[in-house]
Amino acid sequence: MDLTYTDEEEEFRAGLRRWLATALPTLPPPPDPHDWPGRRAYDTAWQRMLYDAGYAGLHWPADAGGRGATPTQHLIFLEESELAGAPYVGANFVGLLHAGPTLAAEGSAAQRARWLPPILRGDEIWCQGFSEPDAGSDLAALRTRAVRDGDDYVVTGSKIWTSHAEVADWCELLVRTDPDAPRHRGITWLALPMDAPGVTVRPLRTLAGSTEFAEVFLDEVRIPAAYRVGAENDGWRVTMVTLSFERGTAFVGEVVACRRVLGAVARTARENGRWDDAVLRRRLGRLAAEFTALWRLTQWNVSAAERGGGVPGAGASVFKLRYSHARQELYDAAAEVLGAGALDTDHEWVAARLSSLSYTIAAGTSQIQRNIVAERILGLPKGR
Amino acid sequence: MDFRLTKEQGELQDGMRALLAGRFGPERLRAAVAEPAPDRALWRELGAAGLFALRLPEADGGVGLGLPEAVLLFEETGRALLPGPLVACHLLAGRLDGVATGERLVGLAQAPGGPGLWEHPDECAELVVLPDRADGPVRVFRPDGAADAPRPSSVDPLTPLARVPEGGGRALPGPAVDVRRMRREAALLTAAQQLGSAARTVGKAVAYARVREQFGAPIGAFQAVKHLCAGMLVRAETARAAVYAAAVTESEDEVCAAKLLADDAAVRNARDCLQVHGGMGFTWEAEIHLHLKRAWWRAECWGGARETEERLAAGLLTG
Ligand SMILES: Cc1cc2nc3c(=O)[nH]c(=O)nc-3n(C[C@H](O)[C@H](O)[C@H](O)COP(=O)(O)OP(=O)(O)OC[C@H]3O[C@@H](n4cnc5c(N)ncnc54)[C@H](O)[C@@H]3O)c2cc1C
Repeated sequence: MDLTYTDEEEEFRAGLRRWLATALPTLPPPPDPHDWPGRRAYDTAWQRMLYDAGYAGLHWPADAGGRGATPTQHLIFLEESELAGAPYVGANFVGLLHAGPTLAAEGSAAQRARWLPPILRGDEIWCQGFSEPDAGSDLAALRTRAVRDGDDYVVTGSKIWTSHAEVADWCELLVRTDPDAPRHRGITWLALPMDAPGVTVRPLRTLAGSTEFAEVFLDEVRIPAAYRVGAENDGWRVTMVTLSFERGTAFVGEVVACRRVLGAVARTARENGRWDDAVLRRRLGRLAAEFTALWRLTQWNVSAAERGGGVPGAGASVFKLRYSHARQELYDAAAEVLGAGALDTDHEWVAARLSSLSYTIAAGTSQIQRNIVAERILGLPKGR
Repeated sequence: MDFRLTKEQGELQDGMRALLAGRFGPERLRAAVAEPAPDRALWRELGAAGLFALRLPEADGGVGLGLPEAVLLFEETGRALLPGPLVACHLLAGRLDGVATGERLVGLAQAPGGPGLWEHPDECAELVVLPDRADGPVRVFRPDGAADAPRPSSVDPLTPLARVPEGGGRALPGPAVDVRRMRREAALLTAAQQLGSAARTVGKAVAYARVREQFGAPIGAFQAVKHLCAGMLVRAETARAAVYAAAVTESEDEVCAAKLLADDAAVRNARDCLQVHGGMGFTWEAEIHLHLKRAWWRAECWGGARETEERLAAGLLTG
């Protein structure tokens, strides 16, 4: 049980700090949160700066153009970036954390050469077209149909909740290629160019008022078979390869940020007098314990990844269950401190409170996470 | 950074788990409920295994290990529901004669600010009381049956309690005690026991949910039961990260966080375990109530929820 960082890790941290201190002041002011093209430009400009400094794709394998950094270095990178106030991964999320690693693991040499460098440079943005109106938690129920026609697949169907679809260049798309096969065996992974004829993107408004996700309609869209990653009907496995390769770093920056927000909430309560309420103080005290533990649990998971090459997906589920709840509780407590101010969406804590509501839904709902923990870690029988 | 257990730490913990499984299994536990006097032979075995002298220097006959190792061993005592003033004997080993070897049992309590009670099996030769102020005097008492009567009838059949005497006693001999440190370590080792208990009740609930059938299926196939069990694991594993980290950093705030989360995990996991067992959970024979009652007692010791939450809150303003 060692929480000290090696000399090499400390050197990495120091170099990163120096670079952040010089790079961040050169950034333009962040765009309006509702200006999606502006956000894309901002996020990709930052990615380009990371690329030029050698920090792009830190956790990607070296032969994919990454730096092959250890999980601990990745943790340090995310921690320091957050402490320095650097931009989040933002629109680059799917490319850097999902589609890219999938391509790195399963793509052909030509596919890797075509798609990976633009992700690292911030030239191209990816989105994720998995969920459908009738396939959410039960993703394997997806029905978007792809029929082979010569050198193309002809794809018809619809996707929903596709984050950043409006500004994406590519979409990692799961389609059904064999409707007669068992559900998991008839799915194929395709790269969809978002500007292909027949693709219609209709933004959806979230409860926070933003349009960060969209519906994507596909009407006889022709996708070259050369854009298929992995074998036909092997798309489920191709997808799971990266989903199961969790290095425990998914929420590093956010946990660091939550601890900072909690301190600010306490100071605000002190200033506006609500601190005199013991119930509120105790609520905040408990949150302090919660986020201390979540930080240590992150280090625990990262250490496991460091030893074994990955955190079993179930360990990530334990973390996500606890974290998503704690995040919602943090912003509820912040609202208690703000009082009537919590009704003003211009306050950043109010906006964060609204977006925190998605944490128990997106990327596997809390109920699904509990099923995973119960069945895969605890070995309870599969049920309905 | 490598926060996971080293190979040696894993072996140490496995060794204690095996020792306790052999020497304090379910039958011994049941016997102890009927006759709660500590098993002196077992106490000496624990002494020989180094539980009490674990952190004393090797030159003084100790094992020379640190707080992380102590936490791993105390987690096992919590898992096994081993009764007796284990934390007291560990912290006072080397200070009072015969404690390091397991020859003598002693108690440790907190003066005002604590629950006002201490774990007092009749075999306890001495009681050390820590002051509420870091620079106050540390007192030693020789409990005698008459003086500390009447004793409360303890909610936990395995934890006989007595009231902490208010004045008197003599000064603790030897070099000055670092009172803050001793309290912090007492809180942490108690949290480690809570963690062990919390992990044990997850295991018990899951084992039962796999075999108990209703409506033609193991009850563990029902999501309502499954989700209770998943929630228990989340509590235990979050507490584990907090407890282990506090053992490494020894920071006061981290110990508070560890105690708060481990208390919560132990109490709530015992409750959920009880629920998963249905009517069986409400019986005297099932050991679940013993986990719950001990967890209630430990939650009162060395910093209850109110105290730790207030401390952590105050830390937010300065940190
Ligand atoms: C902010 C946000 C961004 C997203 N971004 C993307 C994206 O970029 N790409 C993408 O493909 N998807 C995305 N999603 C979709 C997300 O993955 C799904 O919303 C999620 O998997 C749940 O599916 P659903 O919405 O259809 O809910 P449903 O599956 O219909 O669930 C409804 C309720 O039923 C419960 N439930 C369902 N099945 C079970 C079960 N077996 N046991 C117990 N309870 C169950 C759920 O927990 C939930 O409470 C995003 C979602 C959000 C909120």
